[in-house]
Amino acid sequence: MSENLSAFLYLVASVCFILSLRGLSSPDSARSGNILGMIGMAIAILTTLASPMVLSYTTIIVGILIGGSIGTVIALKIKMTALPQLVAAFHSLVGLAAVFVAGAALYAPGAYGLGTVGNIHFASLIEMGLGVAIGAITFTGSLVAFGKLQGIVSGVPVQFKGQHMLNLGFGIALIVVGIFFVATESHTAFWIMVALALVLGITVIIPIGGADMPVVVSMLNSYSGWAACGIGFTLQNNALIITGALVGASGAILSYIMCKGMNRSIFNVILGGFGGEAAGAGSAAGGDADRPVKSGSADDAAFIMRNASSIIIVPGYGMAVAQAQHALREMGDLLKAQGVKVRYAIHPVAGRMPGHMNVLLAEASVPYDDVVEMDEINRDFSSADVAFVIGANDITNPAAKSDPASPIFGMPILEVEKAKTVLFIKRGMAAGYAGIQNELFFKDNTMMLFGDAKKMCEEIVSHLDG
Amino acid sequence: MADQTLSQNAGEVRDAALSLAEKAAQLADSLADGAHNMADGAMNVAASGGVSATVMGLTVFVLACFVGYYVVWKVTPALHSPLMAVTNAISSVIIVGALLASGPVDMNFSKIMGFLAVVLASVNIFGGFIVAQRMLQMFRKKK
Repeated sequence: MSENLSAFLYLVASVCFILSLRGLSSPDSARSGNILGMIGMAIAILTTLASPMVLSYTTIIVGILIGGSIGTVIALKIKMTALPQLVAAFHSLVGLAAVFVAGAALYAPGAYGLGTVGNIHFASLIEMGLGVAIGAITFTGSLVAFGKLQGIVSGVPVQFKGQHMLNLGFGIALIVVGIFFVATESHTAFWIMVALALVLGITVIIPIGGADMPVVVSMLNSYSGWAACGIGFTLQNNALIITGALVGASGAILSYIMCKGMNRSIFNVILGGFGGEAAGAGSAAGGDADRPVKSGSADDAAFIMRNASSIIIVPGYGMAVAQAQHALREMGDLLKAQGVKVRYAIHPVAGRMPGHMNVLLAEASVPYDDVVEMDEINRDFSSADVAFVIGANDITNPAAKSDPASPIFGMPILEVEKAKTVLFIKRGMAAGYAGIQNELFFKDNTMMLFGDAKKMCEEIVSHLDG
Repeated sequence: MADQTLSQNAGEVRDAALSLAEKAAQLADSLADGAHNMADGAMNVAASGGVSATVMGLTVFVLACFVGYYVVWKVTPALHSPLMAVTNAISSVIIVGALLASGPVDMNFSKIMGFLAVVLASVNIFGGFIVAQRMLQMFRKKK
């Protein structure tokens, strides 16, 4: 295949990728968009296989068969509640693949038209160095994120004195070794760079707490794109550069949206510190323990909701943990059958990854037109009879609006306190992730429903049925 | 006397002519060299489209960043999870580099790394697209 033809086909593949992202602008067009993405990938792979540089196919076919079957089995078996850790694990693979490809290019530059060993073009060395460093950081960073989401590594921020200085030290060392590598093309320097970047990936992600994972996962998504870009520059392949830039931009935008949802800057999240305050604030909040709260039973909740005309349900990570989405949908369906208007309100940072709640509700067959984003539904709380909070806490805390001393002050919240009655499912009176007491619990119009989210929903369902 | 001067002059003229010829030859040589270099340069320029491959790549990169920016802002927040799965799958287009590394007939270190990268990227491609499709299948309208 001539170089012009393959460059043209790579362009076609890139356009397919752009259109596949474009498809995600609405659930109707998303499925066909995803198919376009697959077509684009097939074109890119076949074009490469047809290039005169590829002479032996056995290794490649074996590799694709092994990887493809592993990926297929995982994707078909994974539970929807485990999606965040799956995505984190997948990001780590892209990072590691980037390291391998950069290594392969270093040891056999001829296969990519980059010159000979010892005489690789200057620009290619820079691009290779960037690609491998970002790839290695993505690899270990995603592994740590995966561990935290899966519960293998503690979700509590791991912090110690001099942490930032240590990270800075690793970062500077990485840059120095990188410059040395570009100047000398030393293979030893290359592997030292890889080692430093691998360590840096761990030390940068480990101080970040569990509830900040939506930002981390989006950020690593972005990195995996930039790593692909770096390799694309090395191989002078436009399909890689374009796709890498798309993915990088996508991850960056998601990180921005997540940070905005918490009213924090990306630096604030990366440098940690939020979890550290949590312990202190949590114990301070303990003083509120003897304040009176109104608590009720599933029967009370069923009675209130049956007599309501409009209900807004606010799900959070607790719903995912308790796997309560199916019971919740059943509850919603029964209420709807009795003529109650039921909607679901989604906060941008609810859950452990962007859009996490939407997927879980979709899994439980909640129609997507019933699921509304924060900006659209906030004005409707004042006209709602019941706000039903299940597994969420900080994202409903009115202190974010009223108390300038609160650590979450300024964070956009779902204004559930404006509803006539707030029903709040919670296991106990413990503070939320941010370690701040929620004033909502002590309001006159709040009724606490103490218990497991799933069990509570099932009980409410049985009372609604009866 | 006059004869002597004449022959002396003739000798000088001959010397000057010789050195001139030598210079002309040098000039011709260097001209030829120059022409050769220019041809080389022209060939390099033709091969890279006038600018270096890195600058061309940078052009594509910056434009693609803008495309990505506008396309991704259009994605509905409800589909941010599938977006991550799809971007994860397409970032595995890095498999292109892995295929080139595992392409040569002879087995060597580079080919082994290429093979490993092919396996990893394939896990991602299949896993990412399939899990995205599974998620998207679940998004339904009101019945």
